[in-house]
Amino acid sequence: MAKKILVLGATSSIAEHTARVWAKRGDSLYLVARNAEKLATVGADLKTRGASFVETKVADLDDLDLHPQLLAEAVTALGGLDIAYLAHGVLGDQAEAERDAIAAEAILHTNFVSPVSLLTWLANFCVKQKHGTLAVLSSVAGDRGRKSNYVYGSSKAGISAFLGGLRNRVDREGVSVVTIKPGPVKTPMTAGMEGNEKFADVSTVGKNIARAIDSRRDEVYVPGKWRIIMAIVRAVPESIFKKTNT
Amino acid sequence: MEMPETVETPLLFQRTTENDNHDGPVPFESWGRYPRFPAKLVPLAWQSDFPRVVEEHDNMPTGALPVGMGRSYGDVGLLRDGHLLVMTGLDRLLHFDEQTGVLTCEAGVTLAQILDFAVPRGWFLPVTPGTKYVTIAGAIANDIHGKNHHVAGTFGNHVPMFELVRSDGTRMLCSPTQNADWYAATIGGMGLTGVITWAQLRLKKIVSRLIDYQGIQFHGVDEFLALTEQYKNVEYTVSWVDCASTGKNFARGVFMLGEHSVMPDELHESPEPKLVFPFNLPGFALNQYSVKAFNTVFFHKQIKRRVRALQDYEPFFYPLDAVLKWNRMYGKRGLLQFQYAIPWAHAREGTIAIMEAVAKSGLASFLAVLKVFGDVPSPGMMSFPQPGVTLALDFPIKPGKSFPLFDRLADMTLEFGGKLYPAKDARMTSGQFQTSYPQWQEFAKYKDPLLTSGFWERVTI
Ligand SMILES: Cc1cc2nc3c(=O)[nH]c(=O)nc-3n(C[C@H](O)[C@H](O)[C@H](O)COP(=O)(O)OP(=O)(O)OC[C@H]3O[C@@H](n4cnc5c(N)ncnc54)[C@H](O)[C@@H]3O)c2cc1C
Ligand SMILES: NC(=O)c1ccc[n+]([C@@H]2O[C@H](COP(=O)([O-])OP(=O)(O)OC[C@H]3O[C@@H](n4cnc5c(N)ncnc54)[C@H](OP(=O)(O)O)[C@@H]3O)[C@@H](O)[C@H]2O)c1
Repeated sequence: MAKKILVLGATSSIAEHTARVWAKRGDSLYLVARNAEKLATVGADLKTRGASFVETKVADLDDLDLHPQLLAEAVTALGGLDIAYLAHGVLGDQAEAERDAIAAEAILHTNFVSPVSLLTWLANFCVKQKHGTLAVLSSVAGDRGRKSNYVYGSSKAGISAFLGGLRNRVDREGVSVVTIKPGPVKTPMTAGMEGNEKFADVSTVGKNIARAIDSRRDEVYVPGKWRIIMAIVRAVPESIFKKTNT
Repeated sequence: MEMPETVETPLLFQRTTENDNHDGPVPFESWGRYPRFPAKLVPLAWQSDFPRVVEEHDNMPTGALPVGMGRSYGDVGLLRDGHLLVMTGLDRLLHFDEQTGVLTCEAGVTLAQILDFAVPRGWFLPVTPGTKYVTIAGAIANDIHGKNHHVAGTFGNHVPMFELVRSDGTRMLCSPTQNADWYAATIGGMGLTGVITWAQLRLKKIVSRLIDYQGIQFHGVDEFLALTEQYKNVEYTVSWVDCASTGKNFARGVFMLGEHSVMPDELHESPEPKLVFPFNLPGFALNQYSVKAFNTVFFHKQIKRRVRALQDYEPFFYPLDAVLKWNRMYGKRGLLQFQYAIPWAHAREGTIAIMEAVAKSGLASFLAVLKVFGDVPSPGMMSFPQPGVTLALDFPIKPGKSFPLFDRLADMTLEFGGKLYPAKDARMTSGQFQTSYPQWQEFAKYKDPLLTSGFWERVTI
């Protein structure tokens, strides 16, 4: 049976490569992103690859007031909801966020407040229908705050904590929550970072995420080695970690 | 379970391990691993990124060049100290017309990705090179040819339309009837006329993955030409030829022909390749003895004078793709390719003379591919294929030896009225280029002022 899937932040490179797996097997997709031109291209691609249904909707997900209406339209268009996949996010400019509190808040708004709002509506809907998978792109950056990106990292730590609690609440209601923690992936978000040619390949990451969502994993690191790396990073005592200057 | 990571984006460019400094431009090499130029990589992800990214990089004062999978051998896809606009992020399929078989997709989609999409639906590439890891735009920009050139013409013959974007922001739809001059300049235009953002390709129907394959031994160029004539209506023909042996084994080879099987069969997707050539072989591993041994094995593997069998299209078209990064086999010094097209008037004598020179030199040629180009006119102003014979050789680079030989072979090619293939060239002089591509000045009028390449800088000085 074709699954009914809502993708929020559908122009994200990781989201695109996950959605290609779904398109290929003929699932139904409702795609939301803020840039109309990019979204149309992504929609055309997924339709061509075999999605049985594709509808696109342009929306800025920072605008929380849009959320209830947007989600209602999506569920109506899809005729139900099996999976909601939240992918939108910004890396932000750490240096700017250190100087300017409003810049810091903007990162938290897009990466934390916006998904929390969406997930609140979505979780209540899924609990009511006693069915559904909520899959969210957090990050390994949320596992420990670092000098180089702690504002972004804290937004991801926040969403990871939120997802942990939400899972605990909805698990017995037939609803799954999948926390996805990618390591560094070659996407437009990381295009300016040094050493990025060694980052993980986005198409492989997309396929691995699709598999994790299918099997309703609670928490998944992609590539898998990051589970071990982050366990070690987390184990370093703060008194030593603060001296690493990273 | 994780998917193996190496197989996904079959290497774009190899960052050379020496000089791993991350700030400035880093050395990049093309598939031949020679030459190696420092450049700055700028990945593009969307059709609207060009020319926007140009401004973001201070207008790219040292020039720019769009690049695909980096499968060209020499320097058509390199630019010293410039910006390489990496197009593989533009990998979206935009439309497929089930009636006409026309696929519209973004410029960085690879032929491997097209096959994954098309084969299970009963469609195939109209023309394919010896590797599937090239982008559609790279295939257009070199107007590549395949084993069916004698019946199908070049890749460009199957491209009804594409979009070309110039660095001043002009966007043009190009087809044989719309902006026809830009269409002709861009096919075979080596990435110099602008950036292709999307293109259309007319696919052809198949009912099976299998190729009805035959291999026939031959001895000498005349037998090769006779077989070519005899099988001119077979869709795919190509010959492997031994360029290392002299005397009675001179120009012995295997004439290979194939046609898509017409017996309906399961049309599944290809499995992903798993083998990666693990390390650089030291330079001495590929000497004339090892190549002779290799040739003998290859020739006698085909014990009978003739074999006929059904074979999957993968090994038929892409025997080397099963081992990713096989170019490492040539060691760090890399390899030189040499490919000529000599028109019919001198095709026979030219081929014999050049093969004799190669055999006498004792400089190993691991792979030599001999084929006849048909007379379907190439659509590009600068396209390489022309009616006659084409021969492609590989040389591992050996200091003091490979270059003089190469230069002599290039001179001989021109004496026989032939020309060399820019996609596989790292040595041609500007004199040789300008003599064999006399239309180059007309072509130069279509060049984008921002775009240039190592090749272009070399052959236009
Ligand atoms: C094993 C092997 C077998 C081969 N067999 C054949 C063969 O049988 N026949 C044949 O003809 N060739 C053959 N080739 C050569 C290969 O097909 C060509 O070099 C091809 O153009 C490589 O495509 P690419 O995507 O790697 O492009 P690159 O090598 O990265 O670039 C090639 C050219 O395309 C231009 N370009 C790339 N993207 C764009 C864009 N978006 N817009 C405008 N210009 C662009 C570049 O500027 C450059 O001039 C073979 C190569 C290998 C490694
Ligand atoms: N790449 C990595 O290394 C990595 C690692 C760990 C986690 N992640 C996370 O993975 C997710 C996807 O990132 P990516 O790597 O795929 O990068 P990406 O391609 O840059 O995707 C980010 C997407 O979020 C969209 N977006 C941002 N703000 C939005 C808003 N207010 N409303 C709607 N859409 C908005 C962007 O849209 P526009 O294109 O219109 O700006 C963009 O499509 C992000 O949450 C990121 O934090 C990435």
